[in-house]
Amino acid sequence: MTTNRIDNFEKRKIELEKLSDDELKECFWDLCNQVVEPIVDLARTHTSPSIERSVLLRMGIDSITAHAVVDRVLEAGLLGKGAGHVVLEVSKMKKCNLQAAARAICDEKDILNGLSI
Amino acid sequence: MTTHTPLDPNKKLDIESILEGLENYHPRRKGWTWREVPDNGIDMGPFHYRNMSKPLKNSLGLPASKYFDHIDPQPECVVTTEIASGRFEDDIRRMRMAAWNGADHIMVIRTTGQSHIDGLLEGTPEGVGGVPITRKQIRASRKACDLIEDEVGRPINFHSYVSGVAGPEVAVLFSEEGINGAHQDPQYNVLYRNVNMYRSFVDAAEAKKVMAGAKIFQIDGAHNANATAKAGWLVMPELMVQHGINCAFSVAVGMEKDLIGLSTVPPNAPPAPKLWYDLPYAVALRDFFSDFKMRAQQNTRYIEADIEEAIRTHTIDTLISMLTSADIQSTITPDEGRNVPWHYNNIRGIQTVKQTWSALDGIKELLSINHEGPLGQLVRDLKIRAVAFLEEVIETGGYFAAVEKGFFVDSAKYPERSGDGIARDGKGGVGADSIVIRDPNYYAPVCDHFGENHLPEKTLHACDLIDGCTLCKPEKIVYIDELDPEDSCNKRLEATYPYRKGGKVKPEAEWSGDGTILTQFFVPLTEEFAGAYGIEMAKKLGLEDPQVVNIEIMQPAEGCFIEVKGKIPFDVDIKSLKVPEKEVILPEEELREAVKKIGLKVVAATVGEDEHSVGLREILDIKHGGIEKYGVKYHYLGTSVPVSKLIDAAIETGAQAILISTIISHNDTHRLQMKKLADLCIERGVRDQLVLIAGGTQVNREMAKETGLDATFGRGTKGIHVVNAMVKALRARGKL
Repeated sequence: MTTNRIDNFEKRKIELEKLSDDELKECFWDLCNQVVEPIVDLARTHTSPSIERSVLLRMGIDSITAHAVVDRVLEAGLLGKGAGHVVLEVSKMKKCNLQAAARAICDEKDILNGLSI
Repeated sequence: MTTHTPLDPNKKLDIESILEGLENYHPRRKGWTWREVPDNGIDMGPFHYRNMSKPLKNSLGLPASKYFDHIDPQPECVVTTEIASGRFEDDIRRMRMAAWNGADHIMVIRTTGQSHIDGLLEGTPEGVGGVPITRKQIRASRKACDLIEDEVGRPINFHSYVSGVAGPEVAVLFSEEGINGAHQDPQYNVLYRNVNMYRSFVDAAEAKKVMAGAKIFQIDGAHNANATAKAGWLVMPELMVQHGINCAFSVAVGMEKDLIGLSTVPPNAPPAPKLWYDLPYAVALRDFFSDFKMRAQQNTRYIEADIEEAIRTHTIDTLISMLTSADIQSTITPDEGRNVPWHYNNIRGIQTVKQTWSALDGIKELLSINHEGPLGQLVRDLKIRAVAFLEEVIETGGYFAAVEKGFFVDSAKYPERSGDGIARDGKGGVGADSIVIRDPNYYAPVCDHFGENHLPEKTLHACDLIDGCTLCKPEKIVYIDELDPEDSCNKRLEATYPYRKGGKVKPEAEWSGDGTILTQFFVPLTEEFAGAYGIEMAKKLGLEDPQVVNIEIMQPAEGCFIEVKGKIPFDVDIKSLKVPEKEVILPEEELREAVKKIGLKVVAATVGEDEHSVGLREILDIKHGGIEKYGVKYHYLGTSVPVSKLIDAAIETGAQAILISTIISHNDTHRLQMKKLADLCIERGVRDQLVLIAGGTQVNREMAKETGLDATFGRGTKGIHVVNAMVKALRARGKL
């Protein structure tokens, strides 16, 4: 295996030696972009508890409440909707501001069950 | 914007007043600031500089600057210092000292383990090896930086870390609070913090987008590979790959290239032939990454307990920056190899850069790198290995597959493998299985959000849905003061009050009142005994918790240089300190006029059996800036002259003053000679006519009174001091 890898490198090297400095640089960046492309797609289509907490912070919800809200939303299987989206829906349903909606999600156990989004 | 009373350079930072009103504090600006560098260079004192930036309003130059009109040239690059005492209230005082010495990029290290905390911390708990990064800590520090930057006259970039499992939240906090620079590199989380690889990259995209929105300068984490790998100097192709992945990922998620910095370290250190490794690497990196910024770090991998060794290596690191390029020159405290950095070692690190940069100003106009020959081949070889590394990553199935197979931080030179790379399992690590696919109706009603965001129809701007997010309306930010009043800065400030405002003094290394001091000495013992002696000696000196921090063998049998730190257990009351009143020297012109008016003449000699005449000659001769320079005529009678002969000469020549020099202090000879001069003048009835002055290495200002002379001088005295004393004495007697 190791010998193979070294052999492969020697073959790659012969090809790469043919490139000019500029071409080598271009090749480096093409490859870097190829490597990150699927990762960027993964990031574009996924979210995480920290991302959702960061959304709630930006909505004016304090860090401690944001943490609890995201835990509830995750338990309710709604993180894929976006925690901010969920808080906004609860605030519409309860006709209250975002902070009160966030508190309600923490305090009222079944509130997320009745949510249709 | 909050307004402040400007700092007084002669007054300490008032920590309590910085803490006041933090709930309403908002940063005065966001984003990164570079130094102002005039195109045509800068003239300072007697010199023209080519690679320097605008000087500071208030600063402290290098010690030798006193020979050059006290100039303090500031390098063109931003200069970083890292501060990590564990208490932000002590950090901010150190920030002020660092800024006065030329740092404008202040990195605050986080407390150990913060990267594994799933969420934000609040309040001001005490940290270990750094501070817990919280909103209150940032606000207080940023507010202090605002005051300090106004005082020194240059913007300060405040910096911390966006890594770990709370990256996006930390990024939002930083954006809201005006942090100017931050480390962000998802590979760092994966390799060194064992954060799950998918989570790390998904979070990083959001964090980077938020940072880009606030124009926060990003520094990557690739340099950790050469601080971690056993042979740091062999991992260079991999380092280029790590830099490349973070740069490409950052650009893809929306960062501007000129706000992306490579954290790069010259990987080798003497006694290795450093230049043959570090220069090709520096050149290769700057070729491939010409669109990005270089944050040149100094080497930490090979720092030992010897401070001077670290400084020498860092000087060469800085030389490599100057031979190639550096947009930011970071400094490492040279005591990092032995303890958490101490206040004054931050300053030493900054001085290393300032000194090297001044010395080598314009080096590229005088010398150029020889790309022909071995350097060109070495550079090319590194580039080819880096490209081949990437080809193999893709062939293996991409980045995540490569990490699982241990491609990274292997200590061999690619393609060789030592098999000691850090392999991570995609299913494992902190935060494994925590990413969630976004539903078709997923949305986030806020600015600077990355990725799919299916906002309701007709939404023009994401945060319109909530009438503005905190990034648009800072007044919406929720400020939490403290969660645990017992573990807060208020408690600590109460304890340190006596040392800050209560008139008590203790030396300090990290924290107010810590009492830490360092002793350095040679001891004629073998290494084993030297350490034991160091502890015993420190105990006898009364030091608490003594620890040997450095031993260097000078010769195995003859002895060692040794450094022992410890804490002093006592306070000193400032009121008990007797500071000699500062003598006000009259203006030179005024002195010259007075001398001319009275035709001031003196007689001078060394007295007793004393042949040491060098000091006296310097006080007399015009060549050394002596009294002659101010128009004083003198009769030098020679060495070992009896006091009575001096008095005779003064009377004969009509001199108004007698100057004697007395170096020998054995058996109090110097005091006796001085008294004898005064007594004999009284006896001869000429005391009122003559100004009597004595000087010598063992003489001090206080001796005049006890010996009956008009003035007495010790080391460091110049002719002007003596003229000043004579003019004042003559005026007091109404003779002028």
